[in-house]
Amino acid sequence: MGELFAQYNIFAAFGMTILLTVFAAIGSLVIGTVVAIMRVSPVGVFQRAGAFYVNTFRNTPLTLLIIAANIVMIVNLGFSFSEDIARDNIIWAIIALSVYHAAFVCEALRSGVNTVPVGQAEAARSIGLTFGQSLREVLLPQAFRGAITPLGNTLIALTKNTTVATAIGVAEISGLMKQMIEFRSDLLLPIFLIVAIGFVILTLPVGILTTYLSNRLAVKR
Amino acid sequence: MKFTRIAVAAVASAAALGLAACGGGSGGGSGSGSGSTVKVGIKFDQPGLGLKEGSNYSGFDVDVANFVAKELGVTPQFVEAVSSQRETLISTGQVKYIVGTYSITDKRKKDVSFAGPYFIAGQDLLVRADDSSITGPDSLAGKKLCSVKGSTSAANLQKKVPGVNLQEYNTYSLCVDALKAKNVDALTTDDTILAGYAAQPQNQGKLKVVGQKFSTENYGVGLKKGDQEFCNKVTAALQKFIDSGEWEKSVKKYLGPANYQPGPGNPPKPTCQL
Repeated sequence: MGELFAQYNIFAAFGMTILLTVFAAIGSLVIGTVVAIMRVSPVGVFQRAGAFYVNTFRNTPLTLLIIAANIVMIVNLGFSFSEDIARDNIIWAIIALSVYHAAFVCEALRSGVNTVPVGQAEAARSIGLTFGQSLREVLLPQAFRGAITPLGNTLIALTKNTTVATAIGVAEISGLMKQMIEFRSDLLLPIFLIVAIGFVILTLPVGILTTYLSNRLAVKR
Repeated sequence: MKFTRIAVAAVASAAALGLAACGGGSGGGSGSGSGSTVKVGIKFDQPGLGLKEGSNYSGFDVDVANFVAKELGVTPQFVEAVSSQRETLISTGQVKYIVGTYSITDKRKKDVSFAGPYFIAGQDLLVRADDSSITGPDSLAGKKLCSVKGSTSAANLQKKVPGVNLQEYNTYSLCVDALKAKNVDALTTDDTILAGYAAQPQNQGKLKVVGQKFSTENYGVGLKKGDQEFCNKVTAALQKFIDSGEWEKSVKKYLGPANYQPGPGNPPKPTCQL
């Protein structure tokens, strides 16, 4: 097993997995929050646009989105961020991951909004808060706290879904795993074990943390 | 209650469909022929070498696999042998032998035995037909290259040209698309695979193989480790394939349209390598 660590930069590959996860988590949280606000807003057009976004991206395979980000956006349309192919693919992979997981973040947040009793929203409006104010001061703070568990689930799924980025050549752990299997098929089992344990180390704390936080921050009603 | 019944019906019909699909698959694989049926691993996605289209198999490797089976007096049933699973497929006995751009290497000989080589290939470059700026691995400075993630070719290139601007996909066909769209300048892997893509009707005349090999890949037929008797039989069959002129005919048929000429050393002299 030590041989593998000496021969391949396994930590760098997991580093790339973490980088993709962190940036895509931020991206999907921002987009997802915006879409969630659209879906709970009182404006019909926004509601329908938000629903359209969720239904489109939640029901599209991630592999398709990632490959499309490369083949459609870079290869055919020429939307390139960098002359360096590797960097370009990382950026597009983060965008595709963010766009995809934003649909799940949106639904998680919407379920959080639904935990807030309708009476509170009505009360907020009746004391003269605008929609934006009632959202900011009353609904969203409670929604985030109520949505911690589903948000944590989405984050765990996101961590594992970063492996799809290997389809366009991002140097994360599943790509390295492929390479290690190609050259060291005699060490098949250790390779699988390293990758599996690595992912458990990445995702288990997220699960424990969200369970702890969801208990601690639960809105006592 | 009603919902439960509908769900049960849906599951039952899905299971039935699944079973029907399985039955169709195994039935379609076996053609008419003599003797018993053996499972043979080939590539399913490499034009010119091993390609599955519907229930038809075509390519040079398929010809080799069929000829060997004929000599052994058995009917081949083709199974997909993805590169990373080849050793496992053989050592667990899921396939009798594999003909799938399988390079003979010392590392692989620890797990499987080889009959071969039946073809000597090498890593080469595929470029657009009108591109004369790339003449070999030394003229790649500032060029964009494409290969498959985790493949030997990709690692080899990175060793040969450090810091190369490399696009990696999970299949070569995406590389071919990117090459035609002028997003990358060259695609690198074994020259046989490159010639197979260049020989595809939609690519003919648009792409060319550079013809400056920078590695040597001895393709062999992979079989169970240490099976001397079977290995000898396959070696004899390969020798007959070459001697009878079928070898040349098959190379011309599948790789010829790309103006591809087999490199020096071809056709090779197969031996049994346990």
